[in-house]
Amino acid sequence: MRVLVLVKYVPEITSDRVMDSGRLVRDPAVGLMNELDEHAVEAALQLVEALPDEDARESSQIIALTVAPSTGDMAIKKAYQMGAERGIRVTDDAFAGLDYHGTAAVLAAAVRRLGSDDEGPIDVVLCGLTALDGLGSVIPAMLAEELGWPQLTHSRAVALGADGRSLNTTRETEESVEELTAPLPAVVSVTDAANEPRMPNFKRIMAARTKAVEEWSAADVEPFLEDFAPRVSVVDAAVHPPRVAGDVVVDRGEGGTVLANYLIEKGLV
Amino acid sequence: MTQPTILLALPSAHARVDEVRNSSLELITLARSLGRVDVVTMGAPSTEVLALLGLYDVEAVHQAALPTAVPEEQQRVTSNLAAVMVAAARKVHADVLLLPNGFAFKEIGAVAALRLKAGLVTDAAGVRWDAPGVLHVAKRVFGGTWDTVAEVRTDPAVVTVQANTVVAEPVGVGVGGVGVGAGGAGIPRVEALLVDLPPCAVTVKSREVSRKDEGRPDLEEASVVVAGGRGVNGDFGPVEELADVLGGAVGATRDAVFEGWFDRYIGQTGVTVAPAVYVAAGISGMPHHVSGITGSGQILAVNNDSDAPIFEMSDFGVVGDLAAVLPQAAETIRAWRAGREG
Ligand SMILES: Cc1cc2nc3c(=O)[nH]c(=O)nc-3n(C[C@H](O)[C@H](O)[C@H](O)COP(=O)(O)OP(=O)(O)OC[C@H]3O[C@@H](n4cnc5c(N)ncnc54)[C@H](O)[C@@H]3O)c2cc1C
Repeated sequence: MRVLVLVKYVPEITSDRVMDSGRLVRDPAVGLMNELDEHAVEAALQLVEALPDEDARESSQIIALTVAPSTGDMAIKKAYQMGAERGIRVTDDAFAGLDYHGTAAVLAAAVRRLGSDDEGPIDVVLCGLTALDGLGSVIPAMLAEELGWPQLTHSRAVALGADGRSLNTTRETEESVEELTAPLPAVVSVTDAANEPRMPNFKRIMAARTKAVEEWSAADVEPFLEDFAPRVSVVDAAVHPPRVAGDVVVDRGEGGTVLANYLIEKGLV
Repeated sequence: MTQPTILLALPSAHARVDEVRNSSLELITLARSLGRVDVVTMGAPSTEVLALLGLYDVEAVHQAALPTAVPEEQQRVTSNLAAVMVAAARKVHADVLLLPNGFAFKEIGAVAALRLKAGLVTDAAGVRWDAPGVLHVAKRVFGGTWDTVAEVRTDPAVVTVQANTVVAEPVGVGVGGVGVGAGGAGIPRVEALLVDLPPCAVTVKSREVSRKDEGRPDLEEASVVVAGGRGVNGDFGPVEELADVLGGAVGATRDAVFEGWFDRYIGQTGVTVAPAVYVAAGISGMPHHVSGITGSGQILAVNNDSDAPIFEMSDFGVVGDLAAVLPQAAETIRAWRAGREG
């Protein structure tokens, strides 16, 4: 089985984020792999480990992919530490500031290119539910649509079907909980309830340090790339005025009344 | 340019559309400021629903007619709902598609946008025409720390809009008085929308509609939210009591949900809320949680640790035990109401 995991480096969520010309400027000093992507890597590892056939397990491959500037290597390295075998970073000036559609188009081109090499087709693309820096949570669905593959998103459980050629997932959204099934190849996104990401062991951490990240440019994916021109552009970006801390009172037996009076005086009751 | 046509999805939990959520009325109000409004439904709207839509000046309801061979739960697969939106957009030559901002609708909007070659903006906090054919969409990003404006020039544009972005108002409010729908278009006409579904490889084996918090407003839409964290120590009673006194929804942190004390949590991987009043009880204020509440009007906190980060972003805070403070607050409000009435 060949599994591709999409990973992304994001700024540390507590750090101040800086925007320039409508784009997020990523500071490599403060950041990490998007936490939900760790759940995607873990899901990929578990899918492979659950294969009943030892040869199938041995011949399986987990590839981590990111479309990002060089800071993206931090996300690939984290995937290496957890157990991914191969890592690819797609970087090109032409791909800076992609909108949702452009991102999905470039990711789809990379999937097609991998599927056209002589190591066999990609069976599953796994991703985190959402990147914690952009929060769109639409990329997995759009990638599936670009590829013409079924989408199994918002999965809190993922398992290979008994036939070995399908996936069963539990999809949980605000509306419902569904048991879904679809044939491979498919795009799957996982929630943070899907699994508990493993801690990398020392051996893997050391190996990841020196393991190279393959770099692809636009020319490498271009033969597989359809229209990726932006359909949305950011025309304005400004810092939102931070919230100013208001009064804090210490409860000496009347705290609830003070709270209630605050609401009443503001006309909020 | 002739008047633009704005198309919006009217969600319903059941096959028959017998209620209109407040978030839908907000969406219609917003749509009306952009052009004439058509809505899409998956089922037949009731007479009451049609009358209400009329008060909001909806022109037409397009009721999707799917191939009868497609079973009910299968109709709700993202690919199929996107096909419905695409069919409706083509039929009415929509200039803008507006959808609610839940996870499921974002995906439907995203897939529809690709099929229509449309620009997509999610999590919108404001939408307006900058010039004919040039849509400007405001949104807060990065945990509420930045305000951005995105420009979409595609025809159509697809936008998912956060709840509480505008106040729902029928036509004629402030002009012809409430309720009579002065200037409204009357009862909207209902048209069948024929939809050809592309083959769909995803099969729904079972589907269970999530239980709603009975008698309380939806968490995503509520104008008051009282949320509990690890500090409630297993007892959501005080949180629920204050929420009910204020007519609000109950929320939680992820930690409280993972403990099994409540079922839905607010934050980056949970629900985003933007109520007029948000009360955080026994919540420390970690970034993952607070990025889901930054759109709130007033943030109030009750925490027994005066150094809890939640106080740094609160408009008002009480350092104390929530098990004592919340019931007292609820009681004070009840007494104040009783005093006013009698
Ligand atoms: C990938 C990822 C995604 C996440 N997404 C989310 C998310 O979407 N939403 C979310 O909420 N969290 C999320 N989290 C978890 C988040 O980081 C925090 O761990 C969580 O929000 C903390 O919850 P809490 O405030 O209830 O608990 P704590 O941080 O333990 O805070 C409890 C607070 O209660 C106070 N307290 C204790 N007893 C009392 C009392 N009797 N009266 C008053 N106060 C009391 C304490 O002083 C403390 O401040 C995520 C984490 C990760 C890694």
